[in-house]
Amino acid sequence: MTGVLTAAGDLRRLVVRDLRREVRMLDGLIVNTALPVIIMVLFVYVFGGAITTGSSGLAYLDFVVPAVLLMSGGYGAALTAVNIADDMTDGMIDRFRTLPIGGWVVPAGHVVASVLRNVAACGFALLAAVVLGFRPDAGPAEWALTLALLIGYVLAMSALAVLWGLLVRSTQAAGAFGFVVLFLPYLSDGVVPAETMPGVLRDFASNQPITPIVATLRALLLDRPMGSSGVAATLWLVGVVVVSTPAAAWLFRRRTSA
Amino acid sequence: MNYIHSTAFTDAIRVRGLTKSFGATRVLAGVDLTVPTGSLLALLGPNGSGKTTTVRILTTLLAPDGGTATVGGNDVTREGVAVRRMIGLTSQQATVDDLLTGRENLELFAGLYHLGRRRARQRAAELLERFDLAGAANRRVGTYSGGMRRRLDLAASMVSEPRILFLDEPTTGLDPRSRAELWSVIRELLASGTTILLTTQYLEEADRLADRVVVIDGGRVVADDSPAALKRQVGAERLVLHLSRAEDAPRARAALGVPAQETALAHGVTSPHEITLALRGPEHLRCALNALRRAGIGVEHVELRTPTLDDVFFELTAAAA
Repeated sequence: MTGVLTAAGDLRRLVVRDLRREVRMLDGLIVNTALPVIIMVLFVYVFGGAITTGSSGLAYLDFVVPAVLLMSGGYGAALTAVNIADDMTDGMIDRFRTLPIGGWVVPAGHVVASVLRNVAACGFALLAAVVLGFRPDAGPAEWALTLALLIGYVLAMSALAVLWGLLVRSTQAAGAFGFVVLFLPYLSDGVVPAETMPGVLRDFASNQPITPIVATLRALLLDRPMGSSGVAATLWLVGVVVVSTPAAAWLFRRRTSA
Repeated sequence: MNYIHSTAFTDAIRVRGLTKSFGATRVLAGVDLTVPTGSLLALLGPNGSGKTTTVRILTTLLAPDGGTATVGGNDVTREGVAVRRMIGLTSQQATVDDLLTGRENLELFAGLYHLGRRRARQRAAELLERFDLAGAANRRVGTYSGGMRRRLDLAASMVSEPRILFLDEPTTGLDPRSRAELWSVIRELLASGTTILLTTQYLEEADRLADRVVVIDGGRVVADDSPAALKRQVGAERLVLHLSRAEDAPRARAALGVPAQETALAHGVTSPHEITLALRGPEHLRCALNALRRAGIGVEHVELRTPTLDDVFFELTAAAA
């Protein structure tokens, strides 16, 4: 029991460190606060007039909000790769390794801090959407599920980011993961309807994880039928976390073992 | 008392036959060293000689391929946890967080040593005071000078009051004043009973701080002695004669009885115009100049300098050859 409490205390200290770093780095702060708002405004005003929402019958603002939420939370989560790569390549990891703490606390601290920051980023994006005229139709249960889904998404992306950050050997390469996560929603049903895409792209868009996650968010926020998308989204996110967490833990141990 | 015959109990660090290779590159080829409790040993060597690898093995960050190493009586490979509990490490790269303040850094590490909130705060304040950082305690480390950063790094290594401290090139890249400040901090730590293993590229640093100096080159110990004995071996001072004409150099060497300096030349230590010899007193200088005049060799100017690490290596490797 004391072991668990000690570990929880260590985790809290590293999360606080990470959040402090975040608010003191201008680019980090922008990614988490301004970028979500900018993406939202960009999609609604710049692209919104030109894109039809196909058979969904939704206004473009309603159509695109879920994808923008995923971009807002996902990009910051992906940058967890940079944070972990920073610690691994400068001397910080040596300092942590000589401390009497479990090694896993270091990556776990980055992931927990990432979830806090990036779910907040989703909140900023949502606020911007409301200002632009988005009127969600969700009860407390739907809001709770929306929050859970966004936490799940940010968690999954952060876990993948840690894996990537441990795999590459430089912070520059670690940053590349951000683009993957930022662009994945474009190749889904989230930004333009997948039904308007040519064959191969349409098949990819219909079967990649972003599409069921977007569909689930639309169902929760706009009171639309969920179908099987909720189950698919959950399975995808749980799958990513279950696979990437032990892989990252193994890689971290390998890179820090004597 | 001879170090070799002292008992294991009084040795804070004992290393025997330590080997390590990275792929095909042999970094340590059987290193032996002993650091008696409460003393400072300087591990002196050029870049790539195996200093950092030795420190990383002794601080449990790297596993050796062969040999044994005990720190505070505990084996570094089998009893790593016990070793970590009694050591502090300041590595070459700064291991403090640039975006946190000095105080936040120390409180973070004190917290991770589980000192408890109040004790952690107290310890951080003590260390800031002791390492002369109290005035900059609430500034971000990114704004610190090189010397302040190293002092903070050293303070971070002292959070748990370790009995054995490893300092990997603590003064590399520092200006002379910061270096002198750090030296005085290291002396204080030594006076308070801490055992210190310090690596350095500077003979002067080893000379000023160390009780004993181990010179390593190519992963091998080439000398293990007191600073005084080491300096006696390499001569107190160097006499550098800059000849008017480079082609006189072989004749000058013959006249002075100095062996050919291929090794030194190959390392870019001397120019073809220069002849360097270990000076044995003022009379030696007079004789050397007279010998050159008798041989009709012009001397542009003479220079006296203290032995450098290059001289030590040249001397030691020449002696071994």
